Amino acid sequence: MSQNAEKVLDHFNLFRQPEYVELFENKKKEFEFAESDDKVEEVREWAKTWEYREKNFAREALTVNPAKACQPLGAVFAAVGFEGTIPFVHGSQGCVAYYRSHFSRHFKEPSSCVSSSMTEDAAVFGGLSNMVDGLANTYNMYQPKMISVSTTCMAEVIGDDLNAFIKTAKEKGSLPAEFDVPFAHTPAFVGSHITGYDNVLKGILWHFWDGKAGTTAPLTRVPNEKINFIGGFDGYTVGNLREVKRIFDLMGVEYTILADNSDVWDTPTDGTFRMYDGGTTLEETANALHAKATISMQEFSTEKTLPFIAEHGQETVAFNHPIGVKATDAFLMEISRITGKPIPEALEKERGRLVDAIADSTAHIHGQKFAIYGDPDLCLGLAAFLLELGAEPTHVLATNGGKAWEKKVQELFDSSPFGKNCHVYAGKDLWHMRSLLFTEPVDFLIGNTYGKYLERDTGTPLIRIGFPVFDRHHHHRYPVWGYQGAMNVLVWILDKIFDEMDKNTIVPAKTDYSYDIIR
Amino acid sequence: MSDLRQIAFYGKGGIGKSTTSQNTLAALAEMGQRILIVGCDPKADSTRLILHAKAQDTILSLAAAAGSVEDLELEDVMKVGYRDIRCVESGGPEPGVGCAGRGVITSINFLEEEGAYEDIDYVSYDVLGDVVCGGFAMPIRENKAQEIYIVMSGEMMAMYAANNISKGILKYANSGGVRLGGLVCNERQTDKELELAEALAGKLGTKLIHFVPRDNIVQHAELRRMTVMEYAPDSKQANEYRQLAQKIHNNSGNGIIPTPITMDELEDLLMAHGIMKQIDESQVGKTAAEIAA
Repeated sequence: MSQNAEKVLDHFNLFRQPEYVELFENKKKEFEFAESDDKVEEVREWAKTWEYREKNFAREALTVNPAKACQPLGAVFAAVGFEGTIPFVHGSQGCVAYYRSHFSRHFKEPSSCVSSSMTEDAAVFGGLSNMVDGLANTYNMYQPKMISVSTTCMAEVIGDDLNAFIKTAKEKGSLPAEFDVPFAHTPAFVGSHITGYDNVLKGILWHFWDGKAGTTAPLTRVPNEKINFIGGFDGYTVGNLREVKRIFDLMGVEYTILADNSDVWDTPTDGTFRMYDGGTTLEETANALHAKATISMQEFSTEKTLPFIAEHGQETVAFNHPIGVKATDAFLMEISRITGKPIPEALEKERGRLVDAIADSTAHIHGQKFAIYGDPDLCLGLAAFLLELGAEPTHVLATNGGKAWEKKVQELFDSSPFGKNCHVYAGKDLWHMRSLLFTEPVDFLIGNTYGKYLERDTGTPLIRIGFPVFDRHHHHRYPVWGYQGAMNVLVWILDKIFDEMDKNTIVPAKTDYSYDIIR
Repeated sequence: MSDLRQIAFYGKGGIGKSTTSQNTLAALAEMGQRILIVGCDPKADSTRLILHAKAQDTILSLAAAAGSVEDLELEDVMKVGYRDIRCVESGGPEPGVGCAGRGVITSINFLEEEGAYEDIDYVSYDVLGDVVCGGFAMPIRENKAQEIYIVMSGEMMAMYAANNISKGILKYANSGGVRLGGLVCNERQTDKELELAEALAGKLGTKLIHFVPRDNIVQHAELRRMTVMEYAPDSKQANEYRQLAQKIHNNSGNGIIPTPITMDELEDLLMAHGIMKQIDESQVGKTAAEIAA
C-alpha cells in the first residue's frame, strides 16, 4: 500500500495511487453496471439544451437542490441573538444536530442548542414529558437566562401545543414560574429559514411586550428617542452588525440591536469557553417597545415581526439587504430622518472612497453578466448593487422568494437600463439555475457554497456570497452593509474577475499576450 | 375582537353533532348573532345544512391544488349560507392516508392570519369524533374556543366518548382558558336517557345544558339539506334549538374544568341506573351458549 505511517498521504493524493485507480476502475466495471461513457456524454449534452430547459421548467412535483433551509434553522439563528439564551428545539435530536453543524461549518464556531429528544414514544403519546424533563435539564445544566422554544416537523404534525406544555412544565417545577421561556411554532415544512427567524423574533417580542403569555400585565409603551435595528437572517451577521454599530456610534444614534448574534458566533480563543456571549439583553428587549422606530434590513425576513411592531405604535422601515452607494445612502438618510442626527463627515468620506473605488474598477465590471441566487432580500441587495456598477444581474433566483418578491425584483430591473435583459425566478431551485446557466450563459455566478457544483457543471465562475459558505473561511467576519461593506463586495467580485482573466491568459508563449502584472 | 365568543362542538361520530350544531347556530343567527362555522372534519359536512350543499372548496383541497396554503385567499374558501352564516371547511385527506390533525392546525392558522375572525360574534368549531390527536385539540388551545359543548346520548359509547373529550379538555384547561360549557343530549330514546345524561354531567362537574328530543322533522329537513330552523321555523323542534341557542348564549363565562371519571366509574353509573346488571366476574368473556351450558 502506498499509505504508511512515516509519510501519510492526504486522500486527494492517496486516491491517485495506482492501486486505488485500479480499484475504482474494477468497481465501476464489475458492480456499477453504468451506461456507456458515450451514452452518459450524450445525455449530458442534451441536458444543456433549450429543449431540456423547457422540460426542466415544466417540472411540477419535484424540487432538486432547493436554495433554502427550514424554519427551525432560522429559529435558532434568532434565538442565540439574545443574552444568555439557549435555543430549545422541541423535536428529534437529529434535527438539532443539523442546525448546530450547519452554523458551525459556516461560522467556524461551536453553536449551542438543545433538543427535547423526541423519539417514537413521544410521537405517539405527545411530547409533553419531553418538554417537562427537557426544560428542567436545560435550566439546570446550562444555566441560561432565557430558553427560546421552537418546533420541528414532528412536533407540529402531532400538534403539540407549546404554550400549554411550557405552562405545565413550570407548574411541575421544571423551572421557576417567572423564568422567560418565549416560544414559536416553526414547522419545517412551511416557508423557509427566514420564516423561522421571523416567527421566533416575533415570539420573543410578544413574550416581553404583551404580558409573558398571560402571566403578567402587558407593557405600556412610553415612546423614547431610541431606535431598534433588526438584521434578519444573514450569513454576514458578525461583520454586518459590528459595522452597523460603528455607523450608529459615529452618528450618535441611540439604538437596540434586536437578536444581536455577532458575538456568540465570534468568540475569542483565550482559554474560556463561552456558551453565551453578547446578545440583546432581556431588559433591552422589553424596553425596545418604547423605541421611536424599528429598522429591518431584510423585509422578507421580518414579514410578521414588523407589522407586529407597527401595531404597537412604532414607525417601521424595511430595507432589502442594502448593498452599494445608493442603498447605503437611503439607509443612512432614513436613520438621519428618524433620529434627527446628521450624517457625519467620516461617513461622507467613506462614501467618497467607495465611489472612487468603483470608478477605478468600472471598466472591468461594466457590462458583465451575473446570475445570483440566495435569500430574497440578499438577491435584491446584490442585484441593485450590480445594476449600480453597470453590470447585468441576468438571472436572479430565490427558492424562498414569492410573488411580492418577484414583483419587487422586476421593478428594480425596470428602474435601470442594465436591467432590460434580466429575469427573476421565484420559487425555482438550483437545477433550474443549471439550465439557465447552460442556455443563457453569464460571466459569473453569485451564490453560497452549493454553487460550486454549478460552477463545476457549467464552468461559470462562482463568487461566494450568501449563506452558507462552508468551503472558504472567515468571510462572515466582513460586513457587506455600509460603504465599507459595499467595498468588500466590490473587491470579492473584482478578485474573481481578475482571477478568471489570469486563468484565461496563463499558457506560456500561447495565450499569455495579456498575462499582466497590472490590471 | 375581545367580545368574540369562540365555542366548539365535540362528540362521538354519528351522534348528530353537526346537525345539532348547525341548528343551534342557525338559531343564534336568528337572534342576530354574526357567525362563522369552522368545520374541522375531513368529511367536510359540518356546514352542509347551512350551505344546502356539501362544501367542495375546502381549505386543504384548494391548498393542495394551489401548491401551498399561502397561495390561498380568504374569499376562495369562505362561503356564506343561511342567514349570512359564514362557513369554512378545513377538509383533509382521504381515509387511510396523510394526517387530518395537521390539516386542522394548518386551516385554523390560515383563518387567523387571513383575518377571518373579524366582524364576527361567534366562531364555532365542529370537530369530528373523539380528540384523537393533538391536531384535533387545536380548537381548545389557548385563545381558541372558550367553551366546549359535548354532544352525547344515553348510549354507553357516546358517554364514554364524552368522558374522553373531557380528559382532553382537562389537559388544556389547567394551563389555558378552555372550559367545558356543558353536555347536550341528543335523544336516542335509550332507557332512562335523561337521568343518565344528568348523572354523567354531574360526575363531570358540569350540567346537561339541554335535552334535545328526537323528532323526525330533523330527518325531513336534513334530506333537503336544510336546518330545521330554515325548513320548519314554527315547529316544536325549532323551538328546542332556540332554547339551546339561548342557553349557550347566556352561558358565557360559566364553563368549568371537567372532572373525568374512570371506565369503572362509568360502568358503575350505568349499573346504578339499572341499565347494566351487576355481573358475576366468572361470566365475563363467556358466550351465551357457554353460560347456558
